[in-house]
Amino acid sequence: MINEALFFSAVLFTIGVVGVLTRRNAIIIFMCVELMLNAVNLTFVAFSKLYGAAGQIFVIFVMTVAAAEAAVGLAIIISIFRHRETVNLQNINLLKG
Amino acid sequence: MLLQHAAAGAAHPLSGSTAELLWLLPVLPLLGFIVNGLLSLTPAYHAGPADPSASPGADHFQATGASHHEEGEHAEADHAPVRHRFASIVSIVGPLVLVLSFALAASIFATMLGAGEIHTPFIQRYFSWMPAGDLNIEWAYQLDQLSVVMVLIITGVGTLIHIFSIGYMREDPGYPRYFAYLNLFVSFMLVLVLGASYPVMFIGWEGVGLCSYLLIGFWFSAKANADAGKKAFIVNRIGDFGFLVAIFLMYANLGALDFAGVAERSVQLTAGGSLVTAICLFLFLGCTGKSAQIPLYTWLPDAMAGPTPVSALIHAATMVTAGVYLVARSSFLFSLAPVAGLTVALIGGMTALFAATIGLKQWDIKKVLAYSTVSQLGYMFIAVGVGAYVAGIFHLATHAFFKALLFLGSGSVIYVMHQAYHHTHKHDDAQDMRNMGGLRRFMPVTFVLMWIATLAIAGIPIFAGFFSKDEILGAAFARAHESTLADASLLGVPGSAVLYAVYAMGLIAALLTAIYMTRMMLYTFHGENRTGEAERSHLGEAPWVMTGPLVVLAILSAFGGWLNLPAFFTDVLPVGKTASLDHWLEPVVGESALRITHGSSAHLSASTEYLLVGVAVAVAVTGILIAFARLKPSLLGTRTPAQSRASETGIERILANKYYVDEAYDAAIVNPTVQISRKLLWRGVDVGLIDGLFVNGSAWLARGLGLAGSWAQSGQVGTYAWAIVVGVLAVLGAFTVG
Amino acid sequence: MGYFYQINFYIFGLLAIASALAFVTRKSPVAAALWLVNTMFCLSALYIMMDAQFIGAIQVLVYAGAIMVVFLFVVMLLNLGHPSDIADMRGTWGKLIAAGIGVVLLAQILVIQRQRLPRIVPDVEAPRNVITGIAQPLFNEYLLAFEVTSVLLLAAIVGAVLLAKRRG
Repeated sequence: MINEALFFSAVLFTIGVVGVLTRRNAIIIFMCVELMLNAVNLTFVAFSKLYGAAGQIFVIFVMTVAAAEAAVGLAIIISIFRHRETVNLQNINLLKG
Repeated sequence: MLLQHAAAGAAHPLSGSTAELLWLLPVLPLLGFIVNGLLSLTPAYHAGPADPSASPGADHFQATGASHHEEGEHAEADHAPVRHRFASIVSIVGPLVLVLSFALAASIFATMLGAGEIHTPFIQRYFSWMPAGDLNIEWAYQLDQLSVVMVLIITGVGTLIHIFSIGYMREDPGYPRYFAYLNLFVSFMLVLVLGASYPVMFIGWEGVGLCSYLLIGFWFSAKANADAGKKAFIVNRIGDFGFLVAIFLMYANLGALDFAGVAERSVQLTAGGSLVTAICLFLFLGCTGKSAQIPLYTWLPDAMAGPTPVSALIHAATMVTAGVYLVARSSFLFSLAPVAGLTVALIGGMTALFAATIGLKQWDIKKVLAYSTVSQLGYMFIAVGVGAYVAGIFHLATHAFFKALLFLGSGSVIYVMHQAYHHTHKHDDAQDMRNMGGLRRFMPVTFVLMWIATLAIAGIPIFAGFFSKDEILGAAFARAHESTLADASLLGVPGSAVLYAVYAMGLIAALLTAIYMTRMMLYTFHGENRTGEAERSHLGEAPWVMTGPLVVLAILSAFGGWLNLPAFFTDVLPVGKTASLDHWLEPVVGESALRITHGSSAHLSASTEYLLVGVAVAVAVTGILIAFARLKPSLLGTRTPAQSRASETGIERILANKYYVDEAYDAAIVNPTVQISRKLLWRGVDVGLIDGLFVNGSAWLARGLGLAGSWAQSGQVGTYAWAIVVGVLAVLGAFTVG
Repeated sequence: MGYFYQINFYIFGLLAIASALAFVTRKSPVAAALWLVNTMFCLSALYIMMDAQFIGAIQVLVYAGAIMVVFLFVVMLLNLGHPSDIADMRGTWGKLIAAGIGVVLLAQILVIQRQRLPRIVPDVEAPRNVITGIAQPLFNEYLLAFEVTSVLLLAAIVGAVLLAKRRG
């Protein structure tokens, strides 16, 4: 069961990565990141079956961080949208120095 | 204290006596260095070299020989001499620490005399200096009969020279600096002779080299002086390399570095084996550098650029004899290596003869003495090479007396000459003998004292040099007859033949010594005065603070032979004990000396001995007579130095130019090094590789990376994500492969 | 563990992957978000089957119920619900390269999972119930981290409010 879980986790993570790479919609990319976090959580839970409860506690922390991140990230997206009227990353290059 | 010694075995006869204060000997001059050094940090009223002997007289150092010191380039000499504001404090502190050191040394010596027979060295361990694995080098001093003799010479002659310096250097703006260096030198020199192991000795060895460098270049504002200092330092590095290699070989093969340990374990070595020969030859390479033997002697004549008392102390009496001390100290090794002994003796003989011939044609009074020093050091190496360690140390002592006297005497002459020139604002060379002449009328005391030293160095009986030089020549002759050296062979030549040749070289050198020393006296003190009308009225005796030490040294030069009177002398004139120094040093070098002579006392038969003495005396007298007969200072007349140089032809010219050895070294070693440094290392490696590839290359790289980075800095988060993922792939790839 | 569990495990796993694939390929953000919610439900099922019932519960509550709802709120707030006209997807080459990178990444992860897993199972004391098993370490060993997390959340709240506030 653990090996299968790890395999699912790897596949989900890869899908998340490919999503980040191919999509340009900031919200979709955000969701891809959430998917990657979920994949990692799956791995944690799988390992917690092997090594004890610490894995599950880490999952809780990851979820907390993900929630915080989603709140801040979405606030940023809203803020950007107000200025640029778009969430397409191609049109957002504020990082350029 | 007693308990500790009892635990370590029988208490040493010296423990608990004044010898426990051994550590104080180098510390006293070190304190002087600190005090004078601090005082020297305060500026004089105004700076500027104002010394009589600061002549830029190193024309041979440059292959072009373009600059002639005869022109007298005392560019700075017009400044009124400036006394340092703390000169009076320095005049007290500088010599006082030496006096205290000497007093302590004398009391230690007296304790040793009173302690009866001392067969083992008195070793004081202070702290562990370099503990590293199996290697534990302790900072330890060793007091034995040999080191106490050296300490007495260093502190005794050193005290006199310090006192002389008060008069000689008092007007110099760098007066405290001078005494600081001089004190530091004495401190290191005492470490050198007191060190109980080769590394501690090496510290002293390097320290005196440093002080020598600092003092040769004391008037560093003239380039020639600074160059002379650098030359001495660099040439000595070659020798120090040899010393270090010898130390490494000893540790690698014997596992010990203290004298006692190496002596103990040296019995494991095969006598005459290649290992002990290699160690000895490398040690001797160190000696050729420090003690100015062929092929590394060229720095010593240039070292005369320093103040004259420095030449007397460092470059005549003490530091340059460190090589002789090293061989005598390592006698347990050298006595096992006949081939090394032969090499040492042969190099010594060659140097003695070679330097003496050069001394014949020098006009600079200090250069004559410098080559004389090289020549006399050659004698000492003949002695220690053939295993006559006592004779070597004996000559070291007597040479310290009469050569210090000669140098200080010449210092007085230069001082007086310089004062005279200074009064008349003339720019002639105060060191050139062609500018002197007839000084006996103006400086009668110096004249008499210098003649005593000259007779001593020439080897006229009763004077100190006679006994020591005769003992060396006798030893060389005797060892040629029968010794392990005579049985060995050097490059296919039988050892006895080599030693006879060394004896002959020593004899000819003795003849030449008598000639050039008499020549120096003739040109300096006899005949008509050539200084000039205006200057003549300013000539006169140097102050008592300079003449006083000369008197003491003259007494020592006259009677120093009493240290070690030979049997043939006391048989005729029962005036003192026979062979005192022989008996004194017997516990240190006796065993090694006996090993070389097959255990016999190696004394020649009485008739042979009388014959040799007769020959030596005859040679010395002949030399003096030849000089008187052939040299006519009056012929020099009013010719300027430049004219008399032009008139030299043939062999004279070669001798005046010191066999062109400096030019040969320049052509063979210095110039190729400079060329390689310039063309390959500078233009190629430094400019091309380091500046071009590394320095500018890294700049170009940074620039290129910056351009690439600014292009990649698109502000597109998507691009960044790609870059991050590629990076993750690479990191994971490393894990996958690992 | 019976076949029932085994089969269910596979079913939910494959369902999660299929939903994830659907999620990344949807053009419409709303559809994508809903497929992602589906993936999270499936993951929750997997958690429960792996004896992590508490995690499974908060997976539904926090992720599917809170975070994804926030996402949907934003999508609707910004009126992005329908596929946008501008190119949301990269071109064919971009997709191919991304797929290549994905394959390599997957291969690497799988290789590392095989290589690096320590197969020693320490004796884990079986918890008396699910909540205790998590609460015990969380409020003892990880108490500091737990408290710091609350500060993190506070910071996130303040940040989000500040960023989303309409200025002027």
